[in-house]
Formats: sequence, structure tokens, C-alpha cells
Amino acid sequence: MNHLRLVVIFWICLVLLPVAGRAADDGYGYPIPGSYEATILGTPDNLKLAPPDKISIRQLVLNVIPDIKKPDVFFYDKGLRCTLAYQDKKAPLVFVIAGTGAGDQSQNVVAMMKGLYKAGYHVITLPSPTYPNFIISASYNHVPGDLTEDAADLYRVMETAWNKVKGDIEVSDFYLCGYSLGATQAAFVAKLDEDRKVFNFRKVLMVNPAVNLYNSIMRIEKLLDKIPGGPRKIGAYFNSMMAKFTGFYRRGDFIDFNDELLYTVYRSKLFSHVEEGGLIGLSYRISSAGMIFSSDIMTNGGYVVPKNRSLSATDPLGDYFLVCVHLSLINYFDEYLYPYLLKKRPELTKAEFIDSLGLKGIEGYLKSSSKFGVMTNDNDFILAPGELDYLRQLFGERTKVYPRGGHLGNLEYRDNMTYFVGFFK
Amino acid sequence: MSVAICRVYAVIAALYFLLSVCGCATTNTVKFAPEVPAMHSVSEFSDDERVVDIEDPWETFNLNMYKFNYNFDRYFFLPVVSGYEFITPTLVQKGVSNFFANVGEVRTFYNSVFQLKGKKVLITFGRFAINTTVGIGGLFDPATRFGMEAQSGDFGQTLGYWGVDSGPYLVVPVLGPNTLRSAGGFAVDVGIRYVIVGTIDPFQNVKNGYIILGGISALEAVDMRHKQKFRYYESGYPFEYYMFRFLSNKKSELLLMK
Repeated sequence: MNHLRLVVIFWICLVLLPVAGRAADDGYGYPIPGSYEATILGTPDNLKLAPPDKISIRQLVLNVIPDIKKPDVFFYDKGLRCTLAYQDKKAPLVFVIAGTGAGDQSQNVVAMMKGLYKAGYHVITLPSPTYPNFIISASYNHVPGDLTEDAADLYRVMETAWNKVKGDIEVSDFYLCGYSLGATQAAFVAKLDEDRKVFNFRKVLMVNPAVNLYNSIMRIEKLLDKIPGGPRKIGAYFNSMMAKFTGFYRRGDFIDFNDELLYTVYRSKLFSHVEEGGLIGLSYRISSAGMIFSSDIMTNGGYVVPKNRSLSATDPLGDYFLVCVHLSLINYFDEYLYPYLLKKRPELTKAEFIDSLGLKGIEGYLKSSSKFGVMTNDNDFILAPGELDYLRQLFGERTKVYPRGGHLGNLEYRDNMTYFVGFFK
Repeated sequence: MSVAICRVYAVIAALYFLLSVCGCATTNTVKFAPEVPAMHSVSEFSDDERVVDIEDPWETFNLNMYKFNYNFDRYFFLPVVSGYEFITPTLVQKGVSNFFANVGEVRTFYNSVFQLKGKKVLITFGRFAINTTVGIGGLFDPATRFGMEAQSGDFGQTLGYWGVDSGPYLVVPVLGPNTLRSAGGFAVDVGIRYVIVGTIDPFQNVKNGYIILGGISALEAVDMRHKQKFRYYESGYPFEYYMFRFLSNKKSELLLMK
């Protein structure tokens, strides 16, 4: 069970949904109108495509950086974990890059993998460069966030994975896709591939990308501004939401923690719109806590763990957890990533730094290449005002915008999945 | 049985020692320079409540046991489970799971009685009766299809029902995350099972019947691990111990309400 799964199971229990009664009359059948609700609930099972009857999977554990020294506290990390789904005939291979904090088997990645596999593709799923396992085992600098450096790390991982499997599978072409942060990174990986030419990706699909990470992070963090006492009281918020859910559970007639319970919570409107936003902000914090801690340990950066402290495999980490959950991604960018980049490029201004965290820096390339496509939603809350139009300008009619679905909530909806898979045809 | 439990724990102690030694062999012995305080520390956030906070006075022991269980899984338990999954057809695995779940209804039944929960008692009795007969000795689970969902019930829950505090969090060797109450309850349930099996004595006319019983217990343990998707440290999340501690505590607290 990966950590997102833990978190998701709980949030799913927590938040849920409703399936909103009627769909708006716009010919699009995804039923959940609210952006936050859609993001939390995802797609009801009966509106998903059937999974493939069987799927041949191999877990890859990659030794990307030879002779890397891993601290004791990460003793369980045996190498970068990726997943290969293989056809037993010649087929195109699609690389899938996970979103913020997600591993190679997170729910969205697996959904993409199954959809592609069913349509006859080989698939290799890659964890996000913000996922602890990636930071520890596959990142040369162990500091995620810089799109150019992350793309170089990802490219190296793809080459390593490809070298490991190329004797076993027959591949006709290479494709690339990613979601959320992984979509933004896919654009930079594709750019790098134009020089390196190992894969010569024929098509690249970005699903619910961030146009600029800094803007998106500001928007996600803003979700916590409205909780009682603001983001500094995130612990109290967590506990009060939990108490609310506990009271609900006590009153109701449920036993199992399943989808039905989720939907009941949703229909009952247990959580307000603001509270739902807060829960999304909170789950990002829980995820980024792992990223911040892992990076700090690997670089001996003295950010949340005292510099030069050597943690053992069984040292208590609860205090670090508490600290990391209280740090926003803005803190991380301003206090950790920016100073790190300044050491390498002393002339880098804050404005240049922020610009470098988005598609703008490579927009000329993106505009000129016909291999890209974008799928996103009109109510995806990670996009700042104007960014949706910017995507349309960049990619023209290869931009597919759905009227609702929040951030990735409609990924598994049958129309979306059909379009997603069909893009590579 | 008590001798058997002692033996099991002696084996575990030996394994723990071995695995600890193995662990030491790979310990990183790089010496760092003197420590420098971090930019952010816990005192800065003392005005907020803690997150996923569960009483854990034995944290050091628990963290060690968490790691021990990881190694036990990795080098022994999971390879055995994989072997079982490899040689056994899925249908048979399902039958084995159903069989032990059906045996477990007995535990749910008496604990529901102890907790004065009439509805649970009736459902559990109905499930056991249907699955044992129509379900051919428990190999199939028609009761669920008839709308009688499996109930939960163990002695740890019974203690909770009668107001016994959950006690500290406790990671038990092999069994994994528990509380003192649930671990104690487990021991009581095992004891009750021992008395029941001893009374019925199903293999009284069989030579070396205790070997068969031992084999059945081993199969039950393998089936139990086979059904659990949880893998220690698999999330890759550095704070997995804390998240998991919270979620498992919360879940048992919620189940106790039912």
C-alpha cells in the first residue's frame, strides 16, 4: 500500500461525495459538478471503462545511480520502483509520469496503465521526482522542483528502465504522458529527448498539467487559508475533521470502509465547500512532508533535520513529521529550492526562478511541435486565471477541455479514458 | 498450546537476533561533523495540535518491532505466501480463505454475545449455519450473497465494549500493529479456541492428530498473510509508521462503535 493509498482511503472515506444528481445538460456525462468534490471522489465505478481481463506486470527495481550511499533511515529503499506492463507481441511503449508525491502504483497511474494496456500498448510507469523513493534513489541532486534537472533525472530513469526490459519486449514506437506535475515534467522530458534522441517520442500527452508550479502551489496553499486559524492550525483542523467524520460514522449504519460509505458522506454534505478545499490542501501537505524530509536527509541540508544528524532505521520521526506538515510548498520553494539553485546560478533572480518553474521557458518549442496534446478541465483549481487560455494558445485544437472534473477527478470517466487512449492512435 | 506459543516466540527471538545482526552488518558508519540546529524545529509549531497523534509510550520498541516484522516478511513469511499462491489455484485459495473465515465466525459469535449485540449474534449465527451447510463446510460463502454481511468481533473489542481502555499502541511480532487491549484480546481468543478444539478433539481417532492441527494452523497463518495487502515500508513514505499507527487505531475505534 503506498502512502497515497493510505491517505486516499481515508480521505475518500472522509470526504465523499455525492454523486451529484443530474449532470448539466451539456452532453458530458461526468456527474460531479464541484471541483473539490470531483477531485476527492473521482469517478464512480459504474462510469469507468472495464479493466483489461488480464494484465502482465513486472515490478522493476532500478539501480539508477551506481554506488549511491543511502542513510540508515531509508534502509528499506532498495532502488527505484517502476512498473512494466507488457504485451506478448510487438507494440508501442508508453511511459507514464506520476503526479506530485505519487509512486509508480498510485491510483491515477494504474488507471492510465490499465487503459493503455487494454488498447494494446506496453506501459512503464514512473514515480514522480517528488516521491521519496525517487528523491532517494534516482535524483542526482536529491532536490526536486527544478523542471530541467527533474527532466534529466527522469530521462536517465527511462533509459535505465528501457535498458533493463529491451531484451524482453518488442517495441515499435515510444510515447510519453504524465498527469499534474508529471504532465508539466513530460514537456521538459520531451524537449530533452529532441537533443538526446534515445526515444524520439512520437506523441506526448499532458493530463491536467500545471502551467506554472509556483502559481499552482499558491492556489493549493490558498485552500488552507480559509480553515479556522489559517494554515498554522492545520493540526487542529485535521483533528476536528476527523472528529466530525467519527461522529458521522457513529450515527450511521455502516460497517465497511468502502465506496458506499464515501458516497453516503458526500450525499449527506458532511463537509462544506471550504472544508473540502481544506482537506485537499491537507492531503498535499501530507504528501509534500515526505518529499521535504527525504530531500533534507539526502542533502544533509539542515532544513528540518539538524545538519550532520545521522538518523537510524528506528529513530522516532514524529517531530519531523509535525514540522514538515506545517511547512508549505511555498516555504519549500522560497527557503530551500531557490537558495539551492542560487548556489549554482548566483545571478538567478526570484522572478526568473518563478518563470523557470513553468512552461513559459520552453513555449517556443511547445508551440512549434505537433507531437503534444493536453487534456484538462474547465474547473481544475490548480490553474490560475488565464492559464487555461494560455494552454489553448500553445496547443490550439490539441487542447481538450472538459466542462468539469476538478483536478483529475474525471480521469477514469469513460469518455476521458477513451480520449486519453485514443490520442496515441 | 502454551508450549507451542513459547516455541514460536523462542523462534521469533532467535530470528530477531539474527535479523538484527544482519542489519548491523550493513549499518552505515559514516561519522558526521557536529550537529547544527535545523531551520525549522518542532518548538516553532507548539501552538498547534499534533497530527495523527496516538499514545505510544513504547515507540522505541514498536519501531524496532516494525522493522523486525519487515524483515520477517521479507525473508520468511512473504516467500512462503508467494510459494502458496504459486502452487495453489485461485479457486482453492478462495476456498481456504472462506473456510478459515467460517471458523472465525465462532469467535465473532461468542464475542457478539459478550457484547450483548443481538443483531450481530443472529447474523453471525445465520452465516455460520448457511456457510457450513450450503457452503459445504465453509468452503463457499453463500451467506454474503444472501445479504448477510460478515460482522466483526473479537475479544479485544469485547474488552473495549465493557470500558477497558485501548492501552498503548503495540506492534506485535509477526501479527503487526495492535494495542495492548487488542493483543491481549487476541491471546484470549486463541485460548478459547484451544479449549474448544480440545473439547471437540476432531482428530482424536487419528494417529499424530496434533501434526494435522499444526498444519492447519500454519495454513491459517499463511492464508491470513495472503489476505492482507499491507507491506511494511512499501509506501516509501518516511512517516508511514505514524500514518499507519493512526489509521489502524482509528479503524478499530470506529469498528468498536458498531
